[in-house]
Amino acid sequence: MSAAKDAILARVRAAVTDLRAPVGARGDTPWVDQASAGVAETVELFVENVVDYKAEVVRVAPAGVGEAVAAALTAYGVTSVVVPDGTDPAWTAAVPETVRQVSDDGLSSAALDGIDAVVTSSAVGIATTGTIVLDHGPGQGRRALSLVPDVHVCVVAADSVVHDVPEAVARLHPQAGMPRPLTWISGPSATSDIELDRVEGVHGPRTLHVILVEGW
Amino acid sequence: MSAVGPVQQTSPTFVGMPKFPYAARSALGNTQQRRNLAHATGVIRAKRAKVVAEVPRWEELRQAGADAKDEVLGHLADYLVQAEEALTRGGAVVHWARDAAEANRIVVDLVKAVGTGEVVKVKSMATQEIELNEALEAEGIHAWETDLAELIVQLGHDRPSHILVPAIHRNRSEIREIFRREMGLVGRPAPDDLTDEPRRLAEAARLHLREKFLRAKVAISGANFLVAETGTLVVVESEGNGRMCLTLPETLISVVGIEKVLPTWQDLGTFLQLLPRSSTGERMNPYTSMWSGVHAGDGPQNVHVVLIDNGRTHVLADPVGREALRCIRCSACLNTCPVYERAGGHAYGSVYPGPIGSILNPQLRGTASEVDRSLPFASTLCGACFEACPMRIDIPKLLVHLRAKVVDAKGRNTAEGRAMAAGAWLFADARRLEKAQKGSVLAGKVLGNRQPPPLPGAMGMWLGARDIPDLPAQTFRQWWNARGSGSTGGQS
Repeated sequence: MSAAKDAILARVRAAVTDLRAPVGARGDTPWVDQASAGVAETVELFVENVVDYKAEVVRVAPAGVGEAVAAALTAYGVTSVVVPDGTDPAWTAAVPETVRQVSDDGLSSAALDGIDAVVTSSAVGIATTGTIVLDHGPGQGRRALSLVPDVHVCVVAADSVVHDVPEAVARLHPQAGMPRPLTWISGPSATSDIELDRVEGVHGPRTLHVILVEGW
Repeated sequence: MSAVGPVQQTSPTFVGMPKFPYAARSALGNTQQRRNLAHATGVIRAKRAKVVAEVPRWEELRQAGADAKDEVLGHLADYLVQAEEALTRGGAVVHWARDAAEANRIVVDLVKAVGTGEVVKVKSMATQEIELNEALEAEGIHAWETDLAELIVQLGHDRPSHILVPAIHRNRSEIREIFRREMGLVGRPAPDDLTDEPRRLAEAARLHLREKFLRAKVAISGANFLVAETGTLVVVESEGNGRMCLTLPETLISVVGIEKVLPTWQDLGTFLQLLPRSSTGERMNPYTSMWSGVHAGDGPQNVHVVLIDNGRTHVLADPVGREALRCIRCSACLNTCPVYERAGGHAYGSVYPGPIGSILNPQLRGTASEVDRSLPFASTLCGACFEACPMRIDIPKLLVHLRAKVVDAKGRNTAEGRAMAAGAWLFADARRLEKAQKGSVLAGKVLGNRQPPPLPGAMGMWLGARDIPDLPAQTFRQWWNARGSGSTGGQS
């Protein structure tokens, strides 16, 4: 194995003997941002761009999350929902008894496939792209939870919405020693593979329902 | 000092491909494909233009992207070692492969060690380049492509014709026929009442592949980026098939070209703005997955990364040509290219078609084959590809550079070389030129406004794809002399 490594590294070094600049000569990593007109405008842009992806967005005060979750699950007619560890109990308190709440005690992929919906929180929102990033910390569950069920109800705190991509990347820098996996979500699953005609809904959740919490 | 890295072996599929003009001629006769391509590239060009215009500092972003790649390429050994250390710290196992055969053997052995007869695959140019699916099949391991377009290509026993949308040459009714005919042979059949509506076709793919996702023990992916600083792998996708593969199986093997490295985490701030807007013409693609080795209790617990050279160090050794390695496989150059739009991707004889293929293939594989020698000429040098490239790869400059290499390698005793030598002899003496020009006037009188008859040999081939302008009734010299003597010029 290391023979191949040694050979490749030797080839690489031999290929660039004409270059003299030291490692890191370009200086700090460039940061090409997009200017925000203000905090309120950034949140408005986030909503506009998430809606543009054909995701549903509802805006609530912190006390209204539970009602909004219950309303969404009812509207989509789901009969079961997986609730990740670390979810605020108030968020699921209003879920009707007709919807079975499942906690993640190591559910198999097949078991997850039998569940209609998932409710998660999120780490960061990005206004210029309408993106929501999960870092799969408490309340977000492991990656499979927000993937296999067909309806994803995602709670986003307005104060977690940043303006642009470089700012989000900076916030999400992996912690040394315990990096988290990240999932960046921009609208529901989609494809443009048939005549470049965009179709929402392939393998990931076909419904993305965003509950934006303002004044948290 | 060590020798320069060897070129890549042409993979079996493309051995003996005809040169581009021949392959393009038959592709041009396929009117269905031309219609499909014109429609699709037109749609995506408009989408890209719209979302690029939203970014005021786009040119600065392009420069930042090019600078990041140049930083990596100039110190690739350092960054590869740093990436390997970070990956290993995160719990991944790193393998190195000098060429396609070595990479395929590593992957086959890893899959066999798991003891499974099938793998699910995320769309990956690197694994297409090394023809991994064929290597797996040869060992009795089924490789299921899960990207919708790759699925269409695989079920249709077809070849990809575009980097991003491999089935761009197929329209909806062709896709419906493929699904109805083939799905049942390898798994869950297409629904009986399947129509050619894209939504229904996408749903058929969802149903067909779900059982494969749920039972797969091994997934194979490529990667769009590998961050050296943190050992993070990034896969950018749309459908969620990538997330399924990267999350559900116990074992994940990622095949990554050595040029995919980015220096720092913060560089993602640049590349995640450039790539989606350039490739699918979206502000952001629906899903991006990032993982840094093994994450306890979440996703695959056996994570392997295979770093492949396969001709890349050969490209790196050319001070002019190496900027082709900045390529992030967005396919903006394909969508904007007038030649690609008409000829389609198959004529390029490689998994890398279009303008980027025309500069990558002759560098990765060398110019020993007819098709690779012809690719630098498969362009009008209009420059649209350079304008569209988010990595600022000066494709026209590289095409000219490679043309010079191809011509130099042929020596002077070729039809073209002799024609050029004759031209030099002609232009070196004013009287010779005058006689020759009179000859062309005579020829013009004979031909009228008809084209000259087909010529044999190299000149005939060149004229076969071009019209020459009508020959003039008089030469410039004849016109000048007819103006009368005594004129000193510069006054009229």
